[in-house]
Amino acid sequence: MNIHEYQARALLKAQGIPMLDGDVASTPTEAEAIARRLGGPVVIKAQVHAGGRGKAGGVRLVRTPSEALDHASEILGMQIKGLTVQKVLVVPAAEISSESYLGLIMDRESQRPVFMVSAAGGVDIEEVAAKTPEKIVRLAVDPTYGVFPHQALTLAFALYRDFTQVKAAAKIIEQLYAGFVANGASLAEINPLVTTPDGRVLALDAKIVIDDNELFWRPDLSLLRDDTAEEPSEAAARRANLSFIKLDGNVGCVVNGAGLAMATMDLVKYYGGEPANFLDIGGSSNPEKVIAALRIITTDPNVKAILFNIFGGITRTDDVANGIVAATRQFKVSVPIVIRLTGTNETEAIRILEGVGMRALSDMDQAVEQVVKLARGAA
Amino acid sequence: MSVFADAGTRLLVQGITGREGSFHARQMLEYGTRVVAGVTPGKGGQTFEGKVPVFNTVADAVRETGANASVIYVPPMAAAAAIFEAADAGIPLVVCITEGIPVMHMSRVIPFVRSRNVRLIGPNCPGLISPGAQAKIGIIPGNICLPGRVGLVSRSGTLTYEVVHHLTRNASGQSTCVGIGGDPIIGTNFIDCLRAFQDDPATDAIVMIGEIGGTDEQNAAAFVKAHVTKPVAGFIAGQTAPKGRRMGHAGAIISGSSGTAEEKLGAFEAAGIGIMRRPAEVVDLLRGRL
Repeated sequence: MNIHEYQARALLKAQGIPMLDGDVASTPTEAEAIARRLGGPVVIKAQVHAGGRGKAGGVRLVRTPSEALDHASEILGMQIKGLTVQKVLVVPAAEISSESYLGLIMDRESQRPVFMVSAAGGVDIEEVAAKTPEKIVRLAVDPTYGVFPHQALTLAFALYRDFTQVKAAAKIIEQLYAGFVANGASLAEINPLVTTPDGRVLALDAKIVIDDNELFWRPDLSLLRDDTAEEPSEAAARRANLSFIKLDGNVGCVVNGAGLAMATMDLVKYYGGEPANFLDIGGSSNPEKVIAALRIITTDPNVKAILFNIFGGITRTDDVANGIVAATRQFKVSVPIVIRLTGTNETEAIRILEGVGMRALSDMDQAVEQVVKLARGAA
Repeated sequence: MSVFADAGTRLLVQGITGREGSFHARQMLEYGTRVVAGVTPGKGGQTFEGKVPVFNTVADAVRETGANASVIYVPPMAAAAAIFEAADAGIPLVVCITEGIPVMHMSRVIPFVRSRNVRLIGPNCPGLISPGAQAKIGIIPGNICLPGRVGLVSRSGTLTYEVVHHLTRNASGQSTCVGIGGDPIIGTNFIDCLRAFQDDPATDAIVMIGEIGGTDEQNAAAFVKAHVTKPVAGFIAGQTAPKGRRMGHAGAIISGSSGTAEEKLGAFEAAGIGIMRRPAEVVDLLRGRL
């Protein structure tokens, strides 16, 4: 789960990481008031779940509270990569002597949290990583013990020469690790970590991605979710416990299992169609999930035909059939549905579907070819 | 013969009295798996289905029944603790079915199981099945499998069933099918399974089913090129997946330009692995290579 910069700042500040005072605003007048309280020049930053905010015009340096008002009103409501800006962060403009990068990710290859630090920080860190990876120092942490003081110091020495700054950075590294663990993060990043002309080391930006698997037992972290930053159909799917991602095609897909769902999308493409979504109804056989899935897919006006691809293992295909029948009774589905099901209780499932005049296929290729043809005919 | 599970497997079910655990314990018993014990803390002394003794701890179960493998069906927040317990009791093969375990928990589990020489399969996986040995550990439906000589390893569940279904319908039986799981941090990877299949005299050909995200398939392809002499067919799911989005499985995500289907298929091609463009192609590909 992505959270906003202002939220990540609060989580890292709670660990003691030094940063400039700032606040979040939802209206231009709030932004003006914050700028007045802070005094002096401030930076106004769009809060959206997207990179490249600065390049999109969502980060502005202003000198006065009235300028803050003007620019905040331009940024609020602005679209950045398809997302509407609902909030801005207002922070004092810092004088900067150097910009570094400090990141911590859960690394799948080493199966451990891995620090990545670079003295070449700032907006172009992706380019640094791609072109001069030797400028990024990596260090894997054994999560049983956490980051050792000597490891933090080693990383800090890769950033600074001045020992006071090295010690300050080492402390921030330990605090970042603590924040990573405390908040169930899969990524925590400070970019840039800056030094000021008077020698202080400060975090100017913060990013945290929370491991979705932590949310179940951490309602405090779930509260950080911003529903407005999500595609509405995806938010609805999440509330129905469906794994759903909206795409641009016209073939709606309802599948059990993530791997089979991806393979189904690929097969739609193979036969010349375009999938409208990824949707995994999961292993349970709850007919309610099928109803929710159909409701979400049919709200997409691009969808011209819908494919069910169910391989019954734990999932009982008769439950899915019941869900399809119940859904079509609850609301009108005006596009054709192609159903492929095989496995657990398929005879019963076929009987249920035939009872309402629907057919079921048993072969995946055959079903996908048919749904692609139907979608094309209707398009 | 088969890999990881065979006729000598004496299985313990952690979470045997729960909804998932009891359902699948029955399925495993029906298939012929030697389920010798169950563990649910607080329910020690009970008997499951009139024949499987239930214990309070894994150590008790091992001492009383000689269990040498464990399958875990406990909820996500208790699953890491269940793996620690099984490893601590000296069980050499632990299969964790549970989906939704926080990745930090797994990051702590891995060094511990390695230090105890435990083979951990999963988490978030369907487990494994060796049809010829009537050994099923997990949730792979037994009725779609057929004893035979194809070894299969996969990151997915139902997609595995789809491929197995094609194999079985065309009389290509399986030595062992292993689902290694869809999470970013897992105990057993493709290479572990490829090595086991290469060394297994009962396996003649190998099918590997990967998906987008990470570098496991690329590393596996390099291993195939260097060490595997048996024919290998490969599939990658997620060719149409958008970047930066988690496709259901926590591990199925393309980050930046890494972990794409093209990258993985390229690695397969370079290693001489036969590429399945659709699941149904598995049969002809293997026939052509055997």
